[in-house]
Amino acid sequence: MRRGPYISMITNRTMNVLIRAAMLFMVGVFLALVLNLLQVQRNVTLFPPDVISSIFSSAWWVPPCCGTAAALIGLLYPCMDRRLGEPHKLKREWSNVMRCVAVFVGINHASAKVDFANNVQLSLTLAALSVGLWWTFDRSRSGFGLGVVIAILATLATQLLVYNGVFQYTSPDFLYIRSWLPCIFFAGVITVGNIGRQLALYEYKVSQEKTHQD
Amino acid sequence: MPLKRLRQNISAAFYRHGLLCASYPVPIILFTSASILTCCYPLLKLPLPGTGPVEFTTGVRDYSIPSHESPGDLSERPDWYQGPPVAYIQQVLVKAAVSPWDNSLVPVDVFRSPLGRVFSVLEEIRNHVYTDRSLEALCLQVTDLLPGLRRMQAVLPEHGCLLVSPGNYWQNRRDLFDADPDLLKTVHQHEPKGLHTSATLKDLLFGVPGKQTGVSLYNKKRVVTYTITIALSSYDARFVASLRARLKQLHPSANCTLREDHMVHVHFKEEIGIAELIPLVTTYIILFAYIYFSTRKIDMVKSKWGLALAAVVTVLSSLLMSVGLCTLFGLTPTLNGGEIFPYLVVVIGLENVLVLTKSVVSTPVDLEVKLRIAQGLSNESWSIMKNMATELCIILIGYFTFVPAIQEFCLFAVVGLVSDFFLQMFFFTTVLSIDIRRMELADLNRRLPAEAGMPPPKPGPLRPRETPPPPRPSPHTITLQAPAFRNLRLPKRLRVVYFLARTRLAQRIIMVGTVIWIGILVYTDPAGLRTLLAAQVSEQSPLGEAGLPPHLGVAPVFPGRDPTSTLSVLPAPEPTPLPENQSQGHRAARPEVVPVSSPQITWGPEDEELWRRLSFRHWPALFSYYNITLAKRYISILPVIPVTLHLSPQEAIDTRHPQDTHHAPPPSIKTSDLQADLTLYKVAALGLFAGVVLVLLLFCLYRVLCPRNYGQNGVPHGRRRRGDLPCDEYGYSPPISEISPLLLRGHSMDIECLASDGMLLASCCLARQIRVWDAQTGDCLTVIPNNGLRRSSSSGCWEHRDGWDHIGACEAENIFPIRRRTTPARPALFGDQPDLTPLIDTNFGSLPPSQTLSSSGFDFGGLVEKAYQEHETSPTLAFPPSPPASQQRRRSLGDQPVLPPELPPQNNGDWDSSVWAMELRGNLIATGRSSGKLELWDAVEGSLRCSNEDGVSGITALAFLNNRIVAARLNGSLDFFTVEITKPLGLLQYRGPPGRGSLPPSPCYSSEDVISCQLTRSVQCAHQKQITVLKAAAGRVVTGSQDHTVRVYRLEDSCCLFTLQGHSGGITAIYIDQTMVLASGGQDGTICVWDVLTGSRVSHVYGHRGDVTSLVCTTSCIISSGLDDLICIWDRSTGIKLYSIQQEVGCGASLGVISESLLVTGGQGCVSFWDLNYGDLLQTVYLGQSSEGQSVRQLLVLDNAAIVCDFGNELSLVYVPSVLEKLD
Repeated sequence: MRRGPYISMITNRTMNVLIRAAMLFMVGVFLALVLNLLQVQRNVTLFPPDVISSIFSSAWWVPPCCGTAAALIGLLYPCMDRRLGEPHKLKREWSNVMRCVAVFVGINHASAKVDFANNVQLSLTLAALSVGLWWTFDRSRSGFGLGVVIAILATLATQLLVYNGVFQYTSPDFLYIRSWLPCIFFAGVITVGNIGRQLALYEYKVSQEKTHQD
Repeated sequence: MPLKRLRQNISAAFYRHGLLCASYPVPIILFTSASILTCCYPLLKLPLPGTGPVEFTTGVRDYSIPSHESPGDLSERPDWYQGPPVAYIQQVLVKAAVSPWDNSLVPVDVFRSPLGRVFSVLEEIRNHVYTDRSLEALCLQVTDLLPGLRRMQAVLPEHGCLLVSPGNYWQNRRDLFDADPDLLKTVHQHEPKGLHTSATLKDLLFGVPGKQTGVSLYNKKRVVTYTITIALSSYDARFVASLRARLKQLHPSANCTLREDHMVHVHFKEEIGIAELIPLVTTYIILFAYIYFSTRKIDMVKSKWGLALAAVVTVLSSLLMSVGLCTLFGLTPTLNGGEIFPYLVVVIGLENVLVLTKSVVSTPVDLEVKLRIAQGLSNESWSIMKNMATELCIILIGYFTFVPAIQEFCLFAVVGLVSDFFLQMFFFTTVLSIDIRRMELADLNRRLPAEAGMPPPKPGPLRPRETPPPPRPSPHTITLQAPAFRNLRLPKRLRVVYFLARTRLAQRIIMVGTVIWIGILVYTDPAGLRTLLAAQVSEQSPLGEAGLPPHLGVAPVFPGRDPTSTLSVLPAPEPTPLPENQSQGHRAARPEVVPVSSPQITWGPEDEELWRRLSFRHWPALFSYYNITLAKRYISILPVIPVTLHLSPQEAIDTRHPQDTHHAPPPSIKTSDLQADLTLYKVAALGLFAGVVLVLLLFCLYRVLCPRNYGQNGVPHGRRRRGDLPCDEYGYSPPISEISPLLLRGHSMDIECLASDGMLLASCCLARQIRVWDAQTGDCLTVIPNNGLRRSSSSGCWEHRDGWDHIGACEAENIFPIRRRTTPARPALFGDQPDLTPLIDTNFGSLPPSQTLSSSGFDFGGLVEKAYQEHETSPTLAFPPSPPASQQRRRSLGDQPVLPPELPPQNNGDWDSSVWAMELRGNLIATGRSSGKLELWDAVEGSLRCSNEDGVSGITALAFLNNRIVAARLNGSLDFFTVEITKPLGLLQYRGPPGRGSLPPSPCYSSEDVISCQLTRSVQCAHQKQITVLKAAAGRVVTGSQDHTVRVYRLEDSCCLFTLQGHSGGITAIYIDQTMVLASGGQDGTICVWDVLTGSRVSHVYGHRGDVTSLVCTTSCIISSGLDDLICIWDRSTGIKLYSIQQEVGCGASLGVISESLLVTGGQGCVSFWDLNYGDLLQTVYLGQSSEGQSVRQLLVLDNAAIVCDFGNELSLVYVPSVLEKLD
């Protein structure tokens, strides 16, 4: 039978995934730009000087990387939920997602702007905040696990990048990077996962109806 | 145990509080407003946020470096005025002109030689020594430039005194200057290309606004102005005084009346750049998204926007209160308020407010408002308290991190939380109570016309609940309001688009963008707008703020450009007599008024503080090049030293570069005037371009998001009655997708029975005519010609007309499938009149000629009488499963004294008794008649295949499953028949129009088959009373009867499996499907769900006041409708009522489920589609313009997502395209 373009777009699985990936990519790029700006202001990260003059104040490759990562993570979360068969139940509303994003930005803000006595204190506070974020907005074990794994991987990748001299931190205290970086990564993964799940909710609803029809 | 008691106490306290709030709304709101204002009062003392520099003026004479300790005394001293400044700025203002002007001079001469003199002045300054102190010792020593400023290295000084002048363009070397063929090019090559917001290099070096330098080829005034700026690290009054005296002595300035006794200290705040603004803006965007998504959840209140506003006000004012309180108790905020604000809002959150609203709204409507508020509050008291305790705990933990910033944040958050709680309890609750009261009033008004005879309800505290409710029993459920009731569940993207469109967001964004743009322009002042404005302001209000020295800052608008005006000395009002005002007498010394406009150097009060005309970022920019920040620090600007230089024309000619004369002023060189204009144009063009791009972007966005052209193929609105347009709360009618009902016409009287097997559709009307339609196309396939009976005009006897009993005749009549649009409008003036139209036969062409010839006029009396008879019973007709009424009516019709003996037995059917039940399987129609006769008709050919007259009692219900027919009779017996086919081999079977869908599992019969129908078993006393409902599915036959029981039989062996008892009234509705779900509803309004395998009752709910009229189940819920015009949706597993929909009075009780989430109900001349998940009305399809009085009584959902409903004497076939799209 004939199908309307919108319905077919939504029900078409690959199309849906593509749309979601694009949206997540944009979210990732946006967050990367904004948060990097926060870091650059305080001279936490140093990029080669000639790029600083641009308003985006970070190397060109950072936002696309973050966007891709966000798309991957955001698609991975609902996929994992479906595989494990334990859908995410906790307050799935956009207002909650927005709150989560706000807290994430706040954590970044704190990491960049608040003057802590020492780095251990900073890292511990941020770790507590990140776990608090997970507890408030996620509370699923799978989400926690995935967050930790991705945070570790991302930290490793950053270490490698810094080791190869792509960029550097002004005052590294954990090998080559700042010790709070894993916490930020973790919080970011939780946030993006939250957004991804919320986006997937639409597809889930439609496909559920579809299976019933079939 | 104590916890429980605590809980009870809290609950009780909240209850009392709710009562209080709802009882005295106005005083409480006044009280809260007063307390908010009181708490915010300390905020007035806080400085307004802003990044502009602040000034403080002291005298030069008694200047000493301010001490570090707090001022304490003389409080006019600002608190930043402590310690030494970053630098003392000494400017030497040079005005130079070639005079007298000679016509032999070229435009370059205006500035070349005056600029050249800078080197000698510089030399003078550098070499000035006063009692072994030289400039080198006093000036501010700077080191490297910032690494990013390599191209400025050649221009700005490094490793030495910070001393800037135009000479820096040529490395302070006269020889380079003399060798420079094009000075303007040198000056302009460092200018930024695009729009600049900070100080440019030209501004920095010249020290005066670019326009006033006079370094241009079109300088009509022919005076060049520039400054030599010296930054001193320490202030030596005597050295400065001696330098001043020396320069004045060397280059005396006539008529110079500049004051020299004031020193201005300029304090700079922390600057917020774009880089810092973007995260801030982002957090605010997230904040607003959060608020939007939160307040959107507020539902079922009178004014959604009002409550949302109240919620936002609650949160915002609680924050303001917390800041105010903290200031009051001496906690001065060191954090940047704007930055932490969004996080505070997110921490405090809107959740409590939403929870409160939801809780109050979900209390029973029939309670008094006061009690509702109190109950809602006390319901949520525990969770609110718990949440608050948790948040306080978290904040306490945060406090013990001992990080000052976090501690301060926590402190603010605690105070904010407490004040938020206070406001929620007092402010928001009260607003909510007012809102609920308003809603109740509106409700009352809405219902008032219906109960006009009722006395108005007393406004007193106790509403008469004990009096029996008015004729319309007050609903159990929340009566949705009309707008909310018509709420549409649109796709999210459409909502976004509608939201954009409704708020005209694009235009507003562009407008705001333009305003901001203009603001930025004015602020950064590329075109001198600010001076213009400031000048106008200063003209209007002669005295500025107290901090400024009077009438110093701003000059009159653009000091006259034309040479004549320079001749008149500026008026220069001098309200304060100056001590060093000695130069008045010297004015007469220069009376050389030359006819050729000779440049004249004048000194006016506007020259005293020329730096004010510079961008406020001038000094920070200069110092930031050397990585010195001025944020939160101050500089002291010493009074300028005026220097006047007069050059002779000969000198100008001597200093000429060889190229100066023979290169005519190239047009490409921008003059400063032109440049300003160009900048303005550029900005305007850029703004326009950005606006256009924005509009295009939004347009593209809309196209992408909204691929369907809703607007273009929309149906003209005349079709739908205006008032009934379902509108969402955004005021948008939904996109009208093409749901146009297909009307099947042909019956002359009301349709009584309706049956379908998906491919075919059989209908039977009161006139006992059976018509078979193609369910896909709506074509009339067969008419089983029992309606050929017409009462002849005069004789009063029945005649059988057999002229149009077949397909061909049907088509010739041209009365069936007509799109409703083409039907003539029939005025609905008399709603209570019977519908006589079926009696009017306008189809004269089809009448036999003999008939028309012989007729001497029609006698309408009998027909009209019959129509009235029908009309009287029609109210009960609305509920077909309600057995006594309908049966009685049928019997009365059946018993009509018709049956003429000369009935032509064209088919040996039974024409005299009416059809009470009909079923359709394959292409066999089974009809049960009032005479107890069971007939099987061929649906395609219209021939009677067999009949069975074993029973005598009328057949009230039929079930046709596989090859078995079950008939329930009026006397309570149940007959099982078997249909046997002896099929000749090799015959094709007719299955409707070819190429349509899948075959239903029912057997097919071809016309050659010999079909027999035999009674296999008759259960004589299946029920004590008549059987009202009979349903068969999944090999089970379920019967419901007036004797309050439901019985389950096995179809194969007609054995009674269970007798289900549980209702306390007759059974009126039964639902059973393939998955063996059995639900039954009775006259007592209860609904029971049974387990068919064990015969046990799964759940039993009290659902309706009055009969349950129909029941449908989906996989997750049960939908029931009752005589009380309610549609209730129950959770199937738990039996909990999910929600209910109040329908209009007298709506049909027919229900159908199209998909898992799409419910269709019949109404007055319309069918409505509902979203089962949310209970929202999706669409209402009107079946005809003239459909007021007709209600849909039967509704069948076909396999192909079409629905068929009867509607007077017409059938309506409605395809649901959206469902079709979802189907595959």
